[in-house]
Amino acid sequence: MVETFPIEVTVNGRRRTLEVAGHHSLLDVIRDDLGLTGAKECCLVGECGACTVMMDGRTVDSCLVLAVEVDGAELTTVEGLATDGKLAPIQEAFLDKGAVQCGFCIPGQLMSAQALLAEHEHPTLAEVQEGMAGNLCRCGCYQQITDAILAVAEGER
Amino acid sequence: MSGPRTGEGTGERIGERIGGSPARVGGVGRVTGAQQYLADLPSADALHAKLVTLDCARARIVSVDASAALQLAGVHLVMTAGDLPQPVPRFGPQFEDRPVLAVGETRYHGEPVALVVADTRELAERAAALVRVEHEVLPPVFTIAGALAADAPLVQDPSIRKPGDPLARTNVLHEHRVGWGDVDAAAAEDGLVIVENRYSFPMVTHFAIEPHAFMAAPDRDGVAVWSTIQHPNWLQKLVATVLGMPLSKVRVYAPDPGGGFGGKQHAKLEPAVVFAALKLGRPVRLVLTLEETFQAVRRAACESRVRTGFHPDGRIAFCDIEADYLIGAYADIADRVVGKGSYPAAGPYNVPAVRILARSILSHTTPSTAFRGFGNPQVNWAVESNLDEGALALGMDRLEIRLRNLARRGDAFIPFDTPADGDWQQAVRLAAERIGWGSPLAVGHGRGIALGIKSGPTTGLSYSTVRLLGDGSVIVFAGTSDMGQGARTVFAQIAAQELGAPLDWVTVVMGDTAIVPYDQQTSASRSTVLMGNSVLMACRSIQAQLRAMAARLHGVDEAQVSVDKGVVHVGDRELTVLEVLKPGLGKLGGELTGLGEVRKDAEPDHPLGGAPAFFEFNCTAIEAEVDQETGDVTLVKHVTVSDVGKALNPLQVRTQDEGAAIMGLGHTLMEHYIYDEAGRIRNLGAIDYRIPTSMDLPLWLHGEIVENEDGPGPYGSKGMSEGALLCVASAVGAAVREAIGVPIRDLPLTPERVWRAIHDTAAPTGGGEARS
Repeated sequence: MVETFPIEVTVNGRRRTLEVAGHHSLLDVIRDDLGLTGAKECCLVGECGACTVMMDGRTVDSCLVLAVEVDGAELTTVEGLATDGKLAPIQEAFLDKGAVQCGFCIPGQLMSAQALLAEHEHPTLAEVQEGMAGNLCRCGCYQQITDAILAVAEGER
Repeated sequence: MSGPRTGEGTGERIGERIGGSPARVGGVGRVTGAQQYLADLPSADALHAKLVTLDCARARIVSVDASAALQLAGVHLVMTAGDLPQPVPRFGPQFEDRPVLAVGETRYHGEPVALVVADTRELAERAAALVRVEHEVLPPVFTIAGALAADAPLVQDPSIRKPGDPLARTNVLHEHRVGWGDVDAAAAEDGLVIVENRYSFPMVTHFAIEPHAFMAAPDRDGVAVWSTIQHPNWLQKLVATVLGMPLSKVRVYAPDPGGGFGGKQHAKLEPAVVFAALKLGRPVRLVLTLEETFQAVRRAACESRVRTGFHPDGRIAFCDIEADYLIGAYADIADRVVGKGSYPAAGPYNVPAVRILARSILSHTTPSTAFRGFGNPQVNWAVESNLDEGALALGMDRLEIRLRNLARRGDAFIPFDTPADGDWQQAVRLAAERIGWGSPLAVGHGRGIALGIKSGPTTGLSYSTVRLLGDGSVIVFAGTSDMGQGARTVFAQIAAQELGAPLDWVTVVMGDTAIVPYDQQTSASRSTVLMGNSVLMACRSIQAQLRAMAARLHGVDEAQVSVDKGVVHVGDRELTVLEVLKPGLGKLGGELTGLGEVRKDAEPDHPLGGAPAFFEFNCTAIEAEVDQETGDVTLVKHVTVSDVGKALNPLQVRTQDEGAAIMGLGHTLMEHYIYDEAGRIRNLGAIDYRIPTSMDLPLWLHGEIVENEDGPGPYGSKGMSEGALLCVASAVGAAVREAIGVPIRDLPLTPERVWRAIHDTAAPTGGGEARS
């Protein structure tokens, strides 16, 4: 029998009490137990960034975090970015700048972008490129993603 | 909103139409996490499958012992080839050579021997590890030289080759020979400068961020199949054939893929999942890991020999090309890639004598398949680089030599083929201007310019249905797969333009063979042209019905009614579509339906089975800086110019071009599979296989387009999306060559390879000195 552990987390502002398997990643729990499928599964080794979520204000690759470790944490996933049915500025900016093509990496990109903007109010281009280097986009929207982040920083939104 | 602002023509609405760049249709779902890719679909009842594979490329399967796996509670099935109909069905878009599961022998690292189905994914993984496959490792071939060696083992048993194939007892699957003029006579001419070199292009993989995923379930008296596939109708036909079911009983759902790039065109593991689901009578899903995806799809490596002859004034006298493409153990669409990709290998130039021999060489490796550029980048690298060698030998400028030979509009640069269909000089001049061609270069810098050409679709069949609903909103049914290229948005823009609906009143339905009419495929940058024309035709059919309605309502002759950009003109009066539609439909309401059908029939006598509907043409210009100490290449400027006819959505066109350019930097600078002596891929997955990140961008990446509204698609558009990848390597290679003074003829241009090229020679370094 798989051993499970109780955890209590806040996910997108909602308190959740869960019973998680000891070997399950945060990504497993978000996707399979909570049904929040915005965070994506791709490399599972923390290289592609598709599973990026925010944990206590910092980004984590949710594929590399054990779910039991997040007990007591505050989590934000891409589903929590829009509030009251209104897109967050970074979401609007991604659409405006054409940063979304196939879209599969976008939830992870958005979380990294949001965290980057929280850390640097006015990031330089180099800071944006470095801050986003952990999020792969095979469609190659890097320039548009960068533009979107800089636009939000410049208060275009 | 009170209703569709039909034909209102406000600036905002105009911006949604053709030539505007409205936000992507489906974009909101993609930024909120609501967009459901296949692995996101609710499937609580589905069982989970896992592949059983061997840790070697080639082995004889002696026996499979599933008893330990089946003893685990919650394991439902361990399916091997022996559990399938006999002989085991084989399939493939060109050759029916790929078995549903390995039969007798595995032929590449990762080929599935069995499929385990269990209650959960982790249980399936555990059980797969418990399946004991007794096997005898056999020597594999995984290089061109190895596959062509006299004593090479045959990758495919002659019994599965085409009947009467004279090459059946070799690893050459097919030889493609095309040409015109007399190359030998041309080469014998006095006074030519002849340049001959060999080039190689690595094996690379698509690395769509969405790994391939599949699901199948019994569906009353038929079967339902979900796949990340680009060609749902092709998959439907395959499943129906394998099962002996009518097409009407096979329903394929194809949710928008999370990137395809060609890797998701054709079926791979769907038949195995279908058999498992039908055997168990329950839904079964299989989501590949990234590592498994690497083992499922890749681009063909290529080794080329190019001999080009030049007149002293720079005119190309002849081009003689031999290209060996290393394809995998099963053909998939790879032989078409070889044939179609090598066909325009001599480039967009007027060359009087051309001889091309391209060979598809089987090997014990992952079956290579379609990949953005479809076999063209491999030979482009060789032929364009060799053109530069010719220019250097002649002491001619590399831009000048291209312009001197470049086909003019209407030139039959490939005899009997579609003539040059653009003012290609425009794109070349624009790229040269933007890169500052001819201006002084800093030490350690170099420039390169290259041209790319690709044949568009040679056949096609795209049906569509458009419904103008009673309130003026529109549903478009189109079987294209929107994998990021933005087909949904473009089709919605066409409908908005033609029927006067605001864009957010248009819904585009794709990816369900039970309700969406047949489309041949999403490939060859065809969808804007072929499906776009189909949607346009369906909209125009609705316009004709509106004209008849307006004529009836207003008591005028139909000839006095016209519909333009969603506005109905009745004599001098302008009416909105809704002002005609509502009274025209009457009290019962209802809707108008238009059908579209665009057909590009095969031409059996054409070497490709049909002349291309259009060419994709691109010019890429690069300025690179090479760190002489480390061999590191920095792209200072990257200019990409594509001739697109008409950009229906300029932002989408730009992002497709930039994305293709960045993808091209992958095989140019960093990407390649590494094989060990056992034929195993040693760099499976994201840690050891690098693709471009935000840190690998050119310092200045600049895309421009040429629009002469001279394409066969709606409003003069041509297909695009692949062009900007075609000649990236050639342009970067040329820039690096100028920067370091020595040529490198093997990709990728890794720092180590560049460093060795610098340090293994006594050649002078620094901008442009090599030419003196």
